[in-house]
Amino acid sequence: MQEFKPKIVAFYCSNCASSAAEISNKLGLFLPENIKLINVPCTGRIEILHLLKAFENGADMVYVVGCQEDSCQYINGILKLKKRVAHVKNMLEQMGIEPQRLEVFSLYAGKGQDFVNIANEMLNRAKQLGPIY
Amino acid sequence: MIVAEAKPIKEILEMIEGFNKILVVGCKGCVTVCNVGGAKEVAILASAIRIAEKKKGKEVEVGEITLERQCDPEYIEELKDIIQDYEAVVSLACGVGPQFISERYPEARVFPAVNTKFMGGAVEHGVWAERCAGCGQCVIHYFGGMCPIARCSKSLMNGPCGGSNHGKCEVSPEIDCIWDKIVRKMMAQGRLDELLKIRPPKSWLTARDGGPRKMVREELAK
Repeated sequence: MQEFKPKIVAFYCSNCASSAAEISNKLGLFLPENIKLINVPCTGRIEILHLLKAFENGADMVYVVGCQEDSCQYINGILKLKKRVAHVKNMLEQMGIEPQRLEVFSLYAGKGQDFVNIANEMLNRAKQLGPIY
Repeated sequence: MIVAEAKPIKEILEMIEGFNKILVVGCKGCVTVCNVGGAKEVAILASAIRIAEKKKGKEVEVGEITLERQCDPEYIEELKDIIQDYEAVVSLACGVGPQFISERYPEARVFPAVNTKFMGGAVEHGVWAERCAGCGQCVIHYFGGMCPIARCSKSLMNGPCGGSNHGKCEVSPEIDCIWDKIVRKMMAQGRLDELLKIRPPKSWLTARDGGPRKMVREELAK
C-alpha cells in the first residue's frame, strides 16, 4: 500500500510570515517537501475562492500564516482573513469535509522555528485526517 | 436595492442532489452589490459544489455564467444556447431571476440559491438594512423623509405607540423606534405641528396585500 503523501498549500504574507520564513532558512530549518508555498502581500488579500480552489484542485490541507492581529502592516488584513477562514470552515463542514483541514496562524516576524513547527503540525494533522477525497 | 442572503450550502447541495450537470447563474444587479450573487459568488458556489460532489466520489460538471440582470428577458435569452446542456440551473438572483429563467425555459429545473429579504441599502460595509416595503403609495415626505411602513414594526401611520422605549422598539432592542426618529427630526425641522394631523388608515390595496402587482407604462408598452 502506497504511503499517503498529503498535498498541503500554505499561504503566507510578505511581512511577518515572510520574515519568519527567512529566519527559519538562516537557522537551517526546512519545510516538509509536501508544502506548496504561496506568497501574498498581506493575508487580507486571500479571498474565500482562493481557499476553496486549493481544495478543489486536490489540496488535503490549506493553511495561512500571517501577522499578529496588532501588527498587521495593512492594519486589519489578518482580521479579515480570519473571518473568511471561519466562513470557509463552516462551508466545509456543510460540504462533508473536516473543517480542521483549513487553519490560520499568526506569528511574530522573528519566529523562524514556529514557521517550521506550524508546517509540521499541519503535515501531521493531514496524515491523521487522511486524503481529502 | 433588493437585499438577499445566501442559502446555506448544505441546503443548496440537497436541492441539486442527483444532478450531474449544473449551471450556476449569477446576476450583476442587486445581488452583486450585496455580495451574494455576483460573478465572485458564482465561482465560490461552483467550486463548493465540485468539492462536495468530489468528496462523495462524483465528478460533476458545473458551468458558471453571470448575466447583466436576471429581471430583463433580453439577458435571460443569453442562456438559450447553453441551458439545454445542463440538468439543473442554480440561480443566485433575487426571487425574480429563477422565475424568469423558469418561465423562459419551462423544461429547465431551476433552483434558488439565495433568500430574498427586503428592499434596503448599505448602512455600513457588510450591513444592509430595510428601508422600503414596496407599499405602492410612498408617503415619506409626511414623516421627515423616513418610512414608518417599512421601519415601524406595526407600520403605524400615527405613531409612536406605547412600546417606544428610549428610542428602541418593544419588539427588539436592536430595532430603532422609527417614530422616535421621526418626531425628533420633525422637531429639529420646526415641523412638529405637521404630526398633529391624523393620517387615515393606510389602504393596502397598492401593496402586496392587494394581490400580485403589475405596472404598465402606456407610453413605453407596444
